[in-house]
Amino acid sequence: MTPAEIRDEILDILEDISPDEDLDDLKDEVAFREQLELDSMDFLDIVMELRKRHRVQIPEEEYGELASMASTVAYLEPKMRDIVKT
Amino acid sequence: MTDPNAANSSIDHYDTIIIGAGMSGLAAGIRLAHYDQRVCILERHYTIGGLNSFYRMGGRDYDVGLHAMTNFAKRGTKKGPLAKLIRQLRFRWDDFKLAEQIGSSIRFPGVSLDFNNDIGLLENEIAERFPGQVDGFRSLCDSLLDYSDMDGADERFMRSAREVMAEHISEPLLIEMLLCPLMWYGNARENDMDFGQFCIMFRACYLEGFGRPFKGVRVILKNLVRKFRGLGGELKLRSGVSKIHVEGGRAVGVVLDNGTELTATRILSSAGNVETMRMCDDITEVDVARAGKLSFIESISILDRMPQSFGFDRTIVFYNDSDAFHWKRPDDELCDARTGVICSPNNYIYEDDEGALPDGVLRITTLANHDRWCELPEAKYQAEKVRQYDLAVASSVRFMPDFRQYVVDTDVFTPKTIRRFTWHDNGAVYGAPTKQLDGTTHLPNVFLCGTDQGFVGIVGAIVSGISMANRHCLQP
Repeated sequence: MTPAEIRDEILDILEDISPDEDLDDLKDEVAFREQLELDSMDFLDIVMELRKRHRVQIPEEEYGELASMASTVAYLEPKMRDIVKT
Repeated sequence: MTDPNAANSSIDHYDTIIIGAGMSGLAAGIRLAHYDQRVCILERHYTIGGLNSFYRMGGRDYDVGLHAMTNFAKRGTKKGPLAKLIRQLRFRWDDFKLAEQIGSSIRFPGVSLDFNNDIGLLENEIAERFPGQVDGFRSLCDSLLDYSDMDGADERFMRSAREVMAEHISEPLLIEMLLCPLMWYGNARENDMDFGQFCIMFRACYLEGFGRPFKGVRVILKNLVRKFRGLGGELKLRSGVSKIHVEGGRAVGVVLDNGTELTATRILSSAGNVETMRMCDDITEVDVARAGKLSFIESISILDRMPQSFGFDRTIVFYNDSDAFHWKRPDDELCDARTGVICSPNNYIYEDDEGALPDGVLRITTLANHDRWCELPEAKYQAEKVRQYDLAVASSVRFMPDFRQYVVDTDVFTPKTIRRFTWHDNGAVYGAPTKQLDGTTHLPNVFLCGTDQGFVGIVGAIVSGISMANRHCLQP
């Protein structure tokens, strides 16, 4: 997946776990927590959805990498580079 | 994908076995099945729901448990327990479509406080009836713990709610009146309440408020089961767990009442703390004194007219017949009708396209003693149901219009009934007074959810199932 495709995938996950959020104006450089009503349960869901959908394993000590869209995409890029978007 | 940590991948092996198909077990099951675990929910009874169930009798639908769903939130709300559970279980707001209450009342001799889903009404009522106390009420509201403090770690959690209230409010009667609904809807401890539990219930009842699905608790249960099964979860009814088999300090599986053995990587039990310990075959004696004792009798009246037609529009009335509110198990009698809850499912603001419920219904709940009910021989038990119904109704009509001439059908359920549906010791409705908030047990792969773990009520139980599944069963 390209970084743009990974970003789309994260958006899709966010829409899934938080369908009432307006994601159109999401700023990539700003922390999710500052823009969306996400708590630790929701962050767990992002991790679990990535594991469920793409077999991507994220160790607990690296959950902090998922702070913003930009950091998430940068962190996932090497892990998801070889995944073919379906 | 099954759990990668699973030591055993045989076809009869589950990632997680959940004991009990009540609200918490079903919610936990959905979380785990959504993330591709092989999950089985085992339920001893022939039907789902546990404490919150439903039945049909004489052509009419009855609810057990649900008077109101607390924690009301309007569609699209982002914060609070209801929004949380809808998101976590991937439901739509329509799946939990709740009608708001018309309004409820706390009635003590000579004084009544109305409240609804807007805290402003209760505040105005207090300003009017207890003019010197409204500032204290506001400062009490400001001192409440937030939901994020509810893991029990905050040192204020275990303080006495009565003590904290007295720091803000100097009128004892107001303290009793404010406590009455909160204890009725979620306090397992006699006489007093942990401040943490008080905050949970204060938010749930006064700040968020009451709602009800038009078709009652069955809508919620059916949605939970449909979702669970749709995700590949297995639900086995009439499958009581007689034993949790322990080997080398870990649970390896369960033995059902009929002798069937099932293995699992972990077990999540909503059976109760003491009840779960009793199943573990490495434990010979359990401390039954830790189990909850508070149980109820419910007297249901079907009316030939709607309650509003004779001037009763209250959704819930919490009444108490003296200035002191006694929240304890009646020791010497079957029931204690000095305090009670009157609920009318008719008195919600249903949508026009939903129409009205088919019958007028009044449900009255009073305190009861499980052991005394269970000691009664069958004929006496039946006779007492009739007698205690009369006593409960006679007590309640001191606080509402007398409806006895309109009654066309009645039903009563007792602590014995509750015990049969839930298998909880003492027919305890709100579980043990001291909660196991982290859900752990003496075994590293057996965990608790439901009333003995944490929050109570329908929303509380669902949140309990979700959070224990997340914390103990999902993360590799």
